[in-house]
Amino acid sequence: MSQAAATQAQVPVQKVVGRSLLNDAIRRLKRDRVAVLCAWVIVAYALLALLTQFKLIAYPWDVPVTGSYAPPSFDSIKTIMGGDIFGRSVFYKVLHGTRVSMSVGLVSSLIAIPIGVFMGSVAGYFGGWVDDLVVWFYTTLSSVPDIMLLVAITFVLGKGLTAIYVALGITSWIGLARVIRGEFIKHKSREYVIAADSLGATHASRIFRHILPNVSHFVIINLSIQFMSAIKSEVILSYLGLGVQGQPSWGIMIDDAKLELSRGVWWQLAGATTAMFIIILAFNILGDALRDALDPKIK
Amino acid sequence: MFAYIVRRLLNTIPIIFGIALIIFVLFNLVGGDPTYTMLGKHATAEQVAAVRAEYGFDQPQYVQFGHYLKQIVTFDYGRSYSSRQEISTMIARGIGPSLSLALPAFFITTFLAITIGLFVAYFRGRWIDRVVVVLCVFGMSLPMLAYILFGQYFFAYKLGWFPISGFEYGFPERINYIVLPAIIWIMVSLGYDVRFFRTAMVEETSQDYVRTARAKGLPERLVFFKHVLKNSMVPIVTNVVIEIPLLLLGAFLLEGFFGIPGIGSMTIDAIHNSDFPVIKAMTTLQALLFILGSLATDIIYTLVDPRVSLK
Repeated sequence: MSQAAATQAQVPVQKVVGRSLLNDAIRRLKRDRVAVLCAWVIVAYALLALLTQFKLIAYPWDVPVTGSYAPPSFDSIKTIMGGDIFGRSVFYKVLHGTRVSMSVGLVSSLIAIPIGVFMGSVAGYFGGWVDDLVVWFYTTLSSVPDIMLLVAITFVLGKGLTAIYVALGITSWIGLARVIRGEFIKHKSREYVIAADSLGATHASRIFRHILPNVSHFVIINLSIQFMSAIKSEVILSYLGLGVQGQPSWGIMIDDAKLELSRGVWWQLAGATTAMFIIILAFNILGDALRDALDPKIK
Repeated sequence: MFAYIVRRLLNTIPIIFGIALIIFVLFNLVGGDPTYTMLGKHATAEQVAAVRAEYGFDQPQYVQFGHYLKQIVTFDYGRSYSSRQEISTMIARGIGPSLSLALPAFFITTFLAITIGLFVAYFRGRWIDRVVVVLCVFGMSLPMLAYILFGQYFFAYKLGWFPISGFEYGFPERINYIVLPAIIWIMVSLGYDVRFFRTAMVEETSQDYVRTARAKGLPERLVFFKHVLKNSMVPIVTNVVIEIPLLLLGAFLLEGFFGIPGIGSMTIDAIHNSDFPVIKAMTTLQALLFILGSLATDIIYTLVDPRVSLK
């Protein structure tokens, strides 16, 4: 009897928890073992990047630890991926590449998401000439090919990590802005927004307090795409010589490899490619799983 | 229909103007005077003055912008800084090699991707579909540079099946140099394309008319290959058409690695040499071709799908 009473008492609480989109999504995600594994892979990369950033591991990377082009050996963790031309540890360089890639993904997202959300919500909410202007702006910007825009911006800002952050940040908000704009157009005439209006909510309050939380899951879905394209672009920019300077990155390691392969030195290419492959794969799979879990359309 | 096309054409004018504005602002205003980037730090005053006069950097900004708009309309982008050639001549010479790689690679990719996409969409949810989707995600996750380096090292250098890099202008000779980069192009884009086409077709199968067709007793094969296929052609065709104008520019990483003297490797050289006039011309050209592609897509869209209103 007391047990039944206890269950009954729990029911309303559970109901409230179960109804939330986020909770629901997390529950669905947890059921997908592969997606959970991918999430852990991303967490592990982020941790390694942080540890490298604070010089707790892989420090110093720029001193010789083995012979020039020494093949991989299991003697020590430093030589597990062999040595580069100066005998520096390829494994340490891969870790520093991870740090660069993760920071590029993170910082460019921090720049792109606010711009994308703001542009998209303002355009979708107000419509009219504001919408025309924003759509004109992002259509124009997206017509200029990404890679050329990135090249132009890095030329303007000078080579280096900062230029990459900014260039990727201000070119990659368009996809998110498009999605958010579409959602705002759908939401702005829904009952809850009209109700907020009749209660005297201001435009800003309706945009940011009422509608935005209801479309914010698209930001999460977009985040994995954002990270992925940032990592890929960083590699190509570094390969073109416009990327990071004076520190190792996956792009520079792959670029080095084009001269090393003919000498049979494959470990630098293999190290950087594998590291990149795993993280991109993880973002790809997690991104799909997030879309399935968060997009209520296919519930 | 005609009125729609005219209206659509007029719509592109502000966009082209916007592109010109963005590129101009980036290269001329924010970037400042590129003379020193082009000449290096040890240029003499005469050299600086000569370069400024030739490219008009000594003129007021609005004159430079007018000059740039004129370049866009007349397709005369002046001379390259590093090679001193007319940029339009360089482009004309690069189109041939670029297209001889891009066209076959693009059409084979599209054909394969649609065929595989159709096949797995028909078997959606079964093991063959899952395997293909997993392979696609794996394929998409490998960086393009890794495909290129590995392909070049293994098939050209180790096995010696193909030349490592280079190009010949004669017709049967050039095929030899195209095959390997074309295969790599196909490998790189197949994963993404198959997934896109599969999704387009699978999404179509959840439409109401599919349920109706099944309800009236049509066999699944007929439902799929007659009704679904026809309707999913709309996103497929539009996706394919938008890419065609961009083929003129080739794939610049592939061209760079395999020494194909197309527009792509011209762009890479320009980036390495800080050749501003060429970079600016290539950026403009790519943007214009993209606009052309989306224009063609919109028009074809109305042709293939009568549901699209022309308003």
